Amino acid sequence: MSHSHTDEHDHATTFVPDEELSLGFYGLAEAAVRELLVEKGVIEPAELRTALEWYDRTTPATGAQIVARAWQDATFKAALLDDPGQAVAQYGVNMGHVQLYVVENTPTLHNVIVCTLCSCYPRALLGMPPDWYKSRAYRARVVSEPRTVLGEFGTEIGADIEVRVHDSTADLRYLVLPEQPAGTEGWSTDALAGLVTRDTMIGVARASAGV
Amino acid sequence: MSRALQVGEAVTVDARYPDGHIRTPYYIRGKTGVVCAAMGEFPDPEVAAANGRTDAMRALYRVRFLQRDTWADYAGSDHDTIDIEIYAHWLTPIEEAAQ
Repeated sequence: MSHSHTDEHDHATTFVPDEELSLGFYGLAEAAVRELLVEKGVIEPAELRTALEWYDRTTPATGAQIVARAWQDATFKAALLDDPGQAVAQYGVNMGHVQLYVVENTPTLHNVIVCTLCSCYPRALLGMPPDWYKSRAYRARVVSEPRTVLGEFGTEIGADIEVRVHDSTADLRYLVLPEQPAGTEGWSTDALAGLVTRDTMIGVARASAGV
Repeated sequence: MSRALQVGEAVTVDARYPDGHIRTPYYIRGKTGVVCAAMGEFPDPEVAAANGRTDAMRALYRVRFLQRDTWADYAGSDHDTIDIEIYAHWLTPIEEAAQ
């Protein structure tokens, strides 16, 4: 440390709040509605906690297991593409009131998912969406310049491969079935699932066996 | 638009701009694409958003558009596409639109 005595004195007198207390409009509105619902007995605090625990428990590992199984088991893959809701139910995944739609990457087609209107995302399979997925920059740009955005994720798509964007505008939720990396035939389900990241199931990355 | 649309049929998205909870993106209004799947019927979001719930059902289609038809300055491949879920009451088959 090369701080002078004067510097240390300045640090000691500068108050830095350790918590940002400004809730903003929506933060305040959420707190107000939540407290009213609890106060009027419509919901119990424990129900809220249980719902939040579900969000914390649900991670991309669920989707990764399903993709790995599809790579290994052609019958399961066909079922996943044909009746996705039924296929993922075997993994305890309940899509609720929305319908799951699985899109398969092939040597000639690369799929990528966005929700331009808000932040629709297959939470039951992938957990909470990353912040960038909800950003206006991603939502506006991936529909109009998908190849540039994919390039920023390190994913270069050859001109001979069709890029297909899926705008999740209504009652469907999308899962990309990435291509299985070459040379991974015969791997265990868990080893394969380790290659299936969140980004490969959104479609901004390819699954890769090498780092 | 009352009759069921067929997969493969060319449709134009209405260039309407009503207020309310509209699930048809602005950028695709007035564009022409091809129906690629019929997804069944879902509660009309425009009514449901205003009333909290609704029994009014709308057929939902996945419609595929060429990116070069969607964005005037699209810089990717001519074969690149965008698939969007659109409710039946926003879609008109092109032969009917021409009449």
